[in-house]
Amino acid sequence: MAQAQPIRTAPQPDTGETYLLPGETYTSISSVIGDVPLTAPLKTPRAWFLGFGVAFALLMVFLVSVSWLFIRGVGIWGINIPVGWGMDIINFVWWIGIGHAGTLISAILLLLNQGWRNSINRFAEAMTLFAVACAGQYPILHLGRPWLFYWLFPFPNTHGMWPNFRSPLDWDVFAISTYATVSLLFWLVGLVPDFATLRDRSSNPLVKRIYGFAAVGWRGSARHWHRYEMASLLLAGISTPLVVSVHSIISLDFAVAQVPGWQVTVFPPYFVAGAVFAGFAMVLLLMIPVRAFYGFQSYITIRHLDVMAKVMLATGMLVVYGYFMEVFASLYSSSKYEQYLLYNRLSGPSAWAYYGLLFCNAVAIQPLWFRRVRQNIPALMVISAIVSVGMWLERYVIIVISLQRDFLPSSWAMYIPTVWDWSLYLGTFGLFFTLTFIFIRVLPMINIFEIRLLLHQETERAHRNEAAHGHGHDHGHGHDHGHTPNPAAAD
Amino acid sequence: MQASNEIYGVMAEFDSPNSLLEAAKKARAAGYRKMDAYSPFPIEEVCEEIMPEDTGVPRIVLICGLLGASSGFIFQAIGEFLDYPFNIGGRPIAITNWPAMIPITFECGILCAAFGAVFGMLALNGLPMPYHPVFNVPRFERASQDAFFLCIESVDPLFDRGRTSQFLRGLSPLQVSEVAH
Repeated sequence: MAQAQPIRTAPQPDTGETYLLPGETYTSISSVIGDVPLTAPLKTPRAWFLGFGVAFALLMVFLVSVSWLFIRGVGIWGINIPVGWGMDIINFVWWIGIGHAGTLISAILLLLNQGWRNSINRFAEAMTLFAVACAGQYPILHLGRPWLFYWLFPFPNTHGMWPNFRSPLDWDVFAISTYATVSLLFWLVGLVPDFATLRDRSSNPLVKRIYGFAAVGWRGSARHWHRYEMASLLLAGISTPLVVSVHSIISLDFAVAQVPGWQVTVFPPYFVAGAVFAGFAMVLLLMIPVRAFYGFQSYITIRHLDVMAKVMLATGMLVVYGYFMEVFASLYSSSKYEQYLLYNRLSGPSAWAYYGLLFCNAVAIQPLWFRRVRQNIPALMVISAIVSVGMWLERYVIIVISLQRDFLPSSWAMYIPTVWDWSLYLGTFGLFFTLTFIFIRVLPMINIFEIRLLLHQETERAHRNEAAHGHGHDHGHGHDHGHTPNPAAAD
Repeated sequence: MQASNEIYGVMAEFDSPNSLLEAAKKARAAGYRKMDAYSPFPIEEVCEEIMPEDTGVPRIVLICGLLGASSGFIFQAIGEFLDYPFNIGGRPIAITNWPAMIPITFECGILCAAFGAVFGMLALNGLPMPYHPVFNVPRFERASQDAFFLCIESVDPLFDRGRTSQFLRGLSPLQVSEVAH
């Protein structure tokens, strides 16, 4: 479909910089990225086994925590009345927020024609899926009778009842399950052409069959590509409002309630910005070690890290705006409960969380204004880790501080997470990293065909530049046109 | 004139996206229509030469999205207002409360549209298709890595085993080979 095509490849303002290091060819891209999953099992790097072993041990922590929960019930956690939503909901919102960066990178940046996303979208989408898988555990485990979780879905039943479709909690069920499904579809569609590459590169007949099966007979036909690109574009188009809707709906779980501090109209956009903020921090935290370990510096360049840090700074400042609005809302509300909430945040028993959150999310990101910091890998790692903690604290502040002291002082209570709360949280890290390690072992962690496309576009751009320079100047100059095999082709 | 139905077509390999595009343009100018290009990444201009018509995917996505959204809405209305009307939080038990049903309506629409995009694309492409004649061509395994192919199919009215091969050889390809069924 012709009208949609230019969205993807319309000429960008040329900054003269490239997101690919020179010297790459279609062949080198296919072999460097494609050979990681094709390594024979016994030749897997030792560090991978080490990382996978740690992650798998944590996954067992998850198993133990869930088993004990099934045996004893939610009483093993620190939740009480009034704090019925403790770490389960904090962690649920935290994990799902982390996932949102993946959709942002894969969908919104595709629509905005940001070619640099090609290097990181596969990894970020995988992170989305795994984070959603972790997030999905919590609301189900928090149900009290998790084995009846299917009661959340509308199905013909002997009770003759339906879920309450007009409750944000049921919107959540639909939003999260739709989000997980669409993210999975988007990710799998993106993998098909790369499965074909792996099929054609592998020498082991069994491996060839497995990847061949997954490639559904992809042969790179132009007709297929045409429909494929259209479908990707449309998936990106529908994922964009989807991702915004998901975290907005999660924020409505709070905003529809009457608890002080939850009834704030800024919640939906503030939650979405916070999600992207936390997600980009997590992408950086994961991407930097993987990039160094597998030597992907030519595909995930320092400029990628720089741009991601900029996105993190921008969304972080949006979140800070949200904090100001919360303060404004409580001061302006002329409700003593709302006003007391601010006092409680600033000097109540959990004030440390509020100050911690302000430090992590507002102060610690300020160095990112400087290019030197954005391009300094250790600094980025530290700031991303601080932001991840800060976003967890944000959910702690919103959920726990509001619930601890709601309306009647006689019903106030402290919330103290138990060891099972923490072990479940640690356990979901096990789930997340186990899936991540399996992913980087068996699937190409960078989208190979999109990197080829990027190389093609960069080559074309170099041609165009050369042509423009040729018209403007009479004789050549030592400009970098590293990968322009045939300058005459420019016209 | 030789019999042409014995083979699937004639395939030429090119060394770069630009030479594939040149070849596709020339083949189109020469009147060939039943042809296909094979490349390791989407090349928009080549797609336009090979298949200038509509892809058909957007229509499917639109229909699926509208069907999903409307059935999601009707489903909720049946559950909330007809089958089991129940007063929760004093909300009206009537269609006037439709805004509270929009989030699920939206999610149902998105879900069906996404299924439509993926499975519609696969169906229009005729995938999964484990066997295809082009896989018989020598070096075709490079088509998913770094090689560019143009195939003129024997079903094309202008196809002639000898002359089409001759035509493709004139486009300075790396190799030309016949594609067995």
